[in-house]
Amino acid sequence: MNDSLLSLVTFIPALAAAILAIFLRGEEAAAQRNAKWVALVATVITFLVSLFVLAGFDPQNTDFQFVEERDWLLGLKYKLGVDGISVLFVMLTTFMMPLVIWASWGVERRVKEYMIAFLLLETLMLGVFMALDLVLFYLFFEAGLIPMFLIIGIWGGKDRIYASFKFFLYTFLGSVLMLVALVGMFVDAGTTDIPTLMNHTFASETISVLGIQVIGGLQTLMFLAFFASFAVKLPMWPVHTWLPDAHVQAPTAGSVVLAAILLKMGGYGFLRFSLPMFPIGSELMTPLVFWLSAIAIVYTSLVALVQEDMKKLIAYSSVAHMGYVTIGIFAANQQGIDGAIFQMLSHGFISGALFMCVGVIYDRMHTREIDAYGGLVNRMPAYALIFMFFTMANVGLPGTSGFVGEFLTLVGIFQVNTWVALVATSGVIFSAGYALWLYRRVVLGDLIKESLKTIQDMTAREKWIFAPLVAMTLLLGVYPALVTDIIGPSVENLISNYETALANAPSGNQMTSH
Amino acid sequence: MIQADLNIILPEILLSVYAMVALIGAVYGGKDKLAPMLTWLTAIVFVLLGAWIGMTGAGENLAFDGMFQDDGFSRFAKVTILFSAAAVLIMGQDYMSRRGMLRFEYPVLIALSAVGMMMMVSAGDLMALYMGLELQSLALYVVASLRRDSVKSTEAGMKYFVLGALSSGLLLYGASLVYGFAGTTNFAGIIEAAGEGHIPLGLLFGLTFVTAGLAFKVSAVPFHMWTPDVYEGAPTPITAFFATAPKVAAMGLLARVLHDAFGGAVGDWQQIVALLSVLSMFLGAVAAIGQRNIKRLMAYSSIAHMGYALMGLAAGTAFGVQAMLIYMVIYVTMNVGTFAFILSMERDGQPVTDITSLNMYARREPGRALAMLILLFSLAGVPPLVGFFGKFYVLRAAYEAGLAWLAVLGVVASVVGAFYYLRIVFYMYFGEEGEALDKGRSVVQYVFLMASAAAMLLGVVNLFGIETVAQAASLALVN
Repeated sequence: MNDSLLSLVTFIPALAAAILAIFLRGEEAAAQRNAKWVALVATVITFLVSLFVLAGFDPQNTDFQFVEERDWLLGLKYKLGVDGISVLFVMLTTFMMPLVIWASWGVERRVKEYMIAFLLLETLMLGVFMALDLVLFYLFFEAGLIPMFLIIGIWGGKDRIYASFKFFLYTFLGSVLMLVALVGMFVDAGTTDIPTLMNHTFASETISVLGIQVIGGLQTLMFLAFFASFAVKLPMWPVHTWLPDAHVQAPTAGSVVLAAILLKMGGYGFLRFSLPMFPIGSELMTPLVFWLSAIAIVYTSLVALVQEDMKKLIAYSSVAHMGYVTIGIFAANQQGIDGAIFQMLSHGFISGALFMCVGVIYDRMHTREIDAYGGLVNRMPAYALIFMFFTMANVGLPGTSGFVGEFLTLVGIFQVNTWVALVATSGVIFSAGYALWLYRRVVLGDLIKESLKTIQDMTAREKWIFAPLVAMTLLLGVYPALVTDIIGPSVENLISNYETALANAPSGNQMTSH
Repeated sequence: MIQADLNIILPEILLSVYAMVALIGAVYGGKDKLAPMLTWLTAIVFVLLGAWIGMTGAGENLAFDGMFQDDGFSRFAKVTILFSAAAVLIMGQDYMSRRGMLRFEYPVLIALSAVGMMMMVSAGDLMALYMGLELQSLALYVVASLRRDSVKSTEAGMKYFVLGALSSGLLLYGASLVYGFAGTTNFAGIIEAAGEGHIPLGLLFGLTFVTAGLAFKVSAVPFHMWTPDVYEGAPTPITAFFATAPKVAAMGLLARVLHDAFGGAVGDWQQIVALLSVLSMFLGAVAAIGQRNIKRLMAYSSIAHMGYALMGLAAGTAFGVQAMLIYMVIYVTMNVGTFAFILSMERDGQPVTDITSLNMYARREPGRALAMLILLFSLAGVPPLVGFFGKFYVLRAAYEAGLAWLAVLGVVASVVGAFYYLRIVFYMYFGEEGEALDKGRSVVQYVFLMASAAAMLLGVVNLFGIETVAQAASLALVN
């Protein structure tokens, strides 16, 4: 049982999708209801089974656990496993998916296909976090594009076609460069086994490409190839432009999955590949990453301030929050990386919840224009409370998980580069600006708009969807050790390997200019 | 001696005899009334021969002083050619007969061209090469213009013939140069005359012309101009045939010439093949964007795919040949499925090729649309579908051979290419309600579409074991 537990977790949703595809027939109401229930039950079971993974996980052991390995073609392996860095992302995914499915209870168009797409997406996302083989990772990483492309394209808003194509081609272009690097690693190291590659030292002698001297050689090139993929996925400024479009056009559940889980693949990728496998390349590129992130935090926060579409505003705020993640990761110290992982988890809950908040009123009014709302507190007190809570969490109010993530990453970066820390900290203030202003315009004030006079407060189902999210945000906010205890040892191991690799690097590769 | 030689070419002899008997029998028998039966019979003969070659063939056998070689490589290619030809024959039958195009010559000509293709991949001599190539081409020129009353079809046949003749001319000129400088037309003799390292200038000229002539047949850019017109003009079942078996044969022949005759001078032809590969990938990707006719689109798609297969060949290693073979098998499987779908696209009984006619196809025929979705993503090379593994193999081969730049350009082209495959998905799934296509009525087409899509999905597990077979085949060619 233990040696195929991860496969079980990964493939339960796919199995449910297959069952839906093969056995569920008809378009009538009963079939639609069945599709929803099958999807919900499957995701809940996945979550319950994944709890066994968490329960059986030993945080002190920094090796991969629950490893399972089978031969595949071309000398590749089907190999899954989790360590302290990935296990919580697996949990985040299995935790969010039932809520996502439940939040989609109102879908009426092509319900069966909708549920199949989300179930397949869950399998693929889980696979990304568990894969211990480069090609297997790439397989899951890229395959996720297909269901997401369909989700945006079929169930999306007015400009869904543009958004879906942009989403697909943007991320596809980012990842194919990674594919070349991946082939290069395979050829260079002779294996695609991730744990082995983590201990493999790639060449870092300066080489000349098209007449340009590349310091750090192969490592820098491979870092950049992976960076192209993860930076688009995360997304980092200036390759973030697909995200607002995709978010705005995607159906609510699609936005939630995108913000809560898919974006995290980029950050996870940095931790799993860039730092351990190309330490010298990472070291060389750190200033670049820092400043891109700092710009992202300030620039996208300012852009968020002037948005008129609620989803777009939250999308830009996501980009800003992901800036903290990259800063934390490349600070490469315990606080920074702990903070980055914490921030990713916390952002998963908070941004997911915020998109659901938008979804609640969008379902009622069918518009996301901020100007179309105002004074909702008068008719929707429960909604006002929940929206308030997540707005505060998004701002990073102490006591919520948002605070811990931002604080840790800022502590981490402060030890490395105070200027970047200074710029990044300003983002905290900006986020208070756009988030509170959004809240004021939508919820507070007098209810003067005619169309809003009959709006109904949240139903019991809607309230219950938010309950676990509120609980997690508060729990992690007041007791962050819950997370840091699990990720701590693995992160420590990662950092010590990283520093050893840098110390052992042949001299002359470091940036000598400063 | 002659007995042993004849034994080695027994499959080719049998197929030729079958074709001639069928021709005579049909002429004196029921003529076109026999056509459906003959089509099935030919397909069965293909499958039986393919199975026979695949299962009983062993070792490396040379016939007629090395003019004809029967080795792992040729057997692999032959099995692929025969099976795909059989599949295309069967699935086009319904289409042809309902339009009164199913003449008894059709299966016979296909059988003859199959003999030519089998000859091509087994060629061990420039004469044998040319014989096989021309036998194949002549049969194909005729089937391209099978619809005598259609301007487009005859135009397609004419274009194909004129450009094909031109390419044959180039090839022959190259062959004569090679003969002049090497003193022999035998591959084994040529490779000896060429020696290791850079080859003499005269031979290099010969090599270049021969390669150019063969590039016509695989429709690699810049020798691709005939492809879109012929694909569009020829009746769809014949387009399907063009897109599959002859491509495998031509690619096999190219690999054969480059490795058997010029294997010592990889450095000399690597650049040529790499350039053909880059140009094909990019032109195939970019030019298809503007196409609305699905047959033209598939023509550009096959040009791009040939570019990837050539990338494997450009590596100049055994692994490169293996990658190319695997790529070709995957490519053929995808194309059989895709053309099975295109064959079933009709409105009021008339064939439709405009991709906008697929508007909201997914709502009316979810099963077929899903299968097509899988095939399209596989053609685009998106994991986890098998098309991705084809690309992965050739990328690895190119990278290993020090052609990292080629690999980078290849993946960039694949992103451009993804756009037009996605556009078909867009029409099927996101489009607006339009005039509906007919319900597909051919069971055979449905089966091939579904089987091909299923293969793209299930092949992830182990590629159905073709990896080791292809490896053995490539080692037979490159040693």
